[in-house]
Amino acid sequence: MIRFRKGDGERSGLFTRRALLLGGTQLTLMSALAGRLYQLQILESQRFSTLAEENRVNVRLLAPARGLIFDRTGQPLAINRNNFRVMLASDRGRGVEVVIERLDQILSLGEADKGRLLRELRRSRNFQPAVVRENLGWEEVSRIEFNAPDLPGVFIDIGQTRDYPDGDLTSHIVGYTGRVSDDDLAGRDDPLLQLPTMRFGKKGVERSLEDDLRGKAGAVQVEVNAVGRIVRELDRTEGQPGDNVLLTIDLDLQRFANDRLQAQQANSEHKSGTVVVMDIVTGDILAMVSEPGFDPNVFARGITQTEWKELLDDPAHPLNNKAIAGVYPPGSTYKVAVALAALESGAIDAGTILSCPGFIELGDIKFHCWWKGGHGGLNVVGGISNSCDCFFYQAAQRTGVDKIGEMAAKLGFGQVSALGLPGESPGNQPSRSWKQDKYNVPWQQGDTFNLGIGQGYMTATPLQLAIMTSRIANGGYNVQPNLLLAKAAPREELAPPSPRLKTSASSLRIDPRHIALVREGMNQVINSPSGTAAQLRLDADNKPIDPAFHFAAKTGTAQVKRITERERAMGITQEQLPWHLRHHALFVCFGPIDNPRYACSVVVEHGMAGGATAGPIGRDVLLETMKRDPSRRVDRFRKTASL
Amino acid sequence: MTSLSLGAPAAIGFGEKIWRINWGLVLVLTLIAGIGSVALYSAAGGHFEPWAAKHAMRYGIALGLMLVVALVHPKVWLSLAWPLYIASLLLLVAVDIAGKIGMGAQRWLVVGPMQIQPSEIAKVAVILVLARYYHGLNREQAGRFLYTLPPLVVILAPVGLVMVQPDLGTAMMVMLGGAALLFVAGVRLWMFLGAAVCAIGCLPIAWSFMHEYQRKRVLTFLDPDRDPLGAGYHITQSKIAIGSGGLFGKGFLHGTQSSLNFLPEKQTDFIFTTFVEEWGMVGACVLLALFALVLIWGFSIALRSQHHFGRLVALGVTAMMFLYVFINTAMVMGLLPVVGVPLPLVSNGGTAMVSVMFACGLMVGVNVYRDAQLPLAR
Repeated sequence: MIRFRKGDGERSGLFTRRALLLGGTQLTLMSALAGRLYQLQILESQRFSTLAEENRVNVRLLAPARGLIFDRTGQPLAINRNNFRVMLASDRGRGVEVVIERLDQILSLGEADKGRLLRELRRSRNFQPAVVRENLGWEEVSRIEFNAPDLPGVFIDIGQTRDYPDGDLTSHIVGYTGRVSDDDLAGRDDPLLQLPTMRFGKKGVERSLEDDLRGKAGAVQVEVNAVGRIVRELDRTEGQPGDNVLLTIDLDLQRFANDRLQAQQANSEHKSGTVVVMDIVTGDILAMVSEPGFDPNVFARGITQTEWKELLDDPAHPLNNKAIAGVYPPGSTYKVAVALAALESGAIDAGTILSCPGFIELGDIKFHCWWKGGHGGLNVVGGISNSCDCFFYQAAQRTGVDKIGEMAAKLGFGQVSALGLPGESPGNQPSRSWKQDKYNVPWQQGDTFNLGIGQGYMTATPLQLAIMTSRIANGGYNVQPNLLLAKAAPREELAPPSPRLKTSASSLRIDPRHIALVREGMNQVINSPSGTAAQLRLDADNKPIDPAFHFAAKTGTAQVKRITERERAMGITQEQLPWHLRHHALFVCFGPIDNPRYACSVVVEHGMAGGATAGPIGRDVLLETMKRDPSRRVDRFRKTASL
Repeated sequence: MTSLSLGAPAAIGFGEKIWRINWGLVLVLTLIAGIGSVALYSAAGGHFEPWAAKHAMRYGIALGLMLVVALVHPKVWLSLAWPLYIASLLLLVAVDIAGKIGMGAQRWLVVGPMQIQPSEIAKVAVILVLARYYHGLNREQAGRFLYTLPPLVVILAPVGLVMVQPDLGTAMMVMLGGAALLFVAGVRLWMFLGAAVCAIGCLPIAWSFMHEYQRKRVLTFLDPDRDPLGAGYHITQSKIAIGSGGLFGKGFLHGTQSSLNFLPEKQTDFIFTTFVEEWGMVGACVLLALFALVLIWGFSIALRSQHHFGRLVALGVTAMMFLYVFINTAMVMGLLPVVGVPLPLVSNGGTAMVSVMFACGLMVGVNVYRDAQLPLAR
């Protein structure tokens, strides 16, 4: 039996009530949704709009082109070269592990690089990309492009890498750049330095002119999608490239000096030495060689552990710029400073004769002259030209350490110059207070004797020797060494200033007659038959020579190790000693004699004899410098098209 | 009605049936599906492929199905209720087993070219079975506790199977939809209170059964800032998209969040976000109003039905529709945890479209046969 509508009215009434109740509930909940929409889209709309923009728009800094470096004749020393690199962007490293693994398969990254990438990406905000690999070849670039769909966040970026065309030759002057370190950041809040691709000057001019060479950041606003891939560019402000600079270095002269230094040591176990050529009027450093050099391009592309260790372990210290950081006892080259101090203090005058019996006794210690037989009686000119040790023992004793120190300070010893290169050493100009502080022992007579011949505690850099020579050659002017010839913003003309004939340096207030005496002594070193370097006379081989090239000099042979009485008795020669115990060979010179313009200092590490080893290098370099003087040649500056 | 004879009204003709179809409702549903196509076109970055065109096509087919279903006499559905329910349970078991074998969440079966999601069939089957059951009870019986036990089993069996999949969203929908039906069918209020107390008591047990990712979602829902780049990423990005839309939106095809892929699942569960980012609060309110119209239609059909089966079916479908819309939109606006419920007729996806249109067909059918006389057999 089929029943119809049993009690249907009753249950439909209940249904209607409850259905309306349910409908009301649903309506209320729907209104709640509308309320939530109102909250999100009206009340908090501004905040969410900002968040959406932050999601979408990504401001990326553009690294400006680094300023170019040229020598004084316009030859490139440091330029920029395109560098294809793989970049990887992600939001705080979300999901990059897979991508890094794939990149590893394509580029074989290695564990260390993978770890570095992951760390950098986790730290980075807003899809700031990290550098995966630089200096890619075409094959690698195309392999990355081919696999692009499987590599979200990966893109190829064309950056610039530093290129040093004559790397070895100017490595110590130009230096190199590297990744920005925490120390580099100190005191600089340039946002550019946060860029992972940014390079910062680490050594040489790259370092000292860092703030000029760097340029100003540009910015590009890009729209990125959720995996950080750039969808389109919204706005772009180009950066301002760094300033281009001309250095005072003459690359051809630098090469000449370098070759000459190498040739002179052809038979030596290690080749290590310096040549500094300085314009005594302007202070321009025309050449500054520190041998051996290194290839800065290795640093630009990223040095490997082995390469780095090799450079560090080389006994000739290729990374060390010995011209400014190497300290040597100046030996006999220092005698010109002592002579000047003695004359200025009145301890001796032009006519004072001091005798040389071959040695001077002080208490029970014998101070020997290099010429065992003794020079007999000498005045100051003869003392310098013969480099008589006994003369200078006595001259120093009469003058006293304090007066010698005063003159040495005027000539540039014991202080860092105004050159501005990082790592310059002040050398050591010993004094009473210095010895007291350092050894807690008072200054002794014997110390003054040693100082008189540039030995003992006295040390100086090759640059300081060139400065000393310059200040004597220019008649006592406080000329400072200088590496920067000209600087110009990228689109401005870069040209050397017109040559100066008069120095702008202040006077050191030294009696010109005294300077004349010292210069005459240096003249006779070369041009008197008894001079210690008479063999270097330009017309020694009877070749006619332009008198305008005549020059003056002072030799120096600096003891590295004290010669014991036993060795002296046994007559052990320098050649019998191991390389690192042999004397340093030193030579300073200036020219032309009549109207000096250039000074040069040469140090050959463990070169044994100043006159024989360093002298020929100094003579040839100075001669080459004088031959290249702009007054003798047409303007050699080439306006480089690449500017 | 011309017949004055007792009881049964005369069978209605075909023309009358067509006339009785709620064409206004059909129009509203079409508008909603149209909005779906627009949103999917935008989600694909201004392309008909791969979603918008298929969506429109699928709607066309589903609309045909709905009209066919609407013209089938309710007595057919009355008799098909149990077979359909049993079949859906079997399919759910099959899916669970396939999921075990396939390791991980498995929600559909592949039959030829079609993917069948048995949980969608279960949603409709539960409504039909419950409607049939209460159709056969009088008010007094419906209020009794013992009579409430079979419906509970009917509801909880698919819920359990769906939970195992695991598909929290569907389980929630079946449970709440079933509860709504029991409520209107006349189950005593104290039983709901008891069930609520039980549910709260069972929360820790449910927690222990949840997968790690589900727990994470719940925790993230409770505190979205806990892990803004991990599990909370979806909700955060969705809220940013909706909020940045503002009153009038960023304009068609100008949504940045979805076109730049900051939105997850932008074509399925988060389609509402995609639409609202571009059309703003105005667009959102229009869409919600259209859904509200569907609900109102559903209620009016339920209230006008002369038979209890029809009332319950119409109301069940309405409740299902409401739950879809509410859970989905509340979820993308950060009011509910992310549970994976699509927005009906708007989200990309075939099974949900078919099941929703099938359900709407049942609802319209109730209107067409509102004065049919149905046997009370249990």
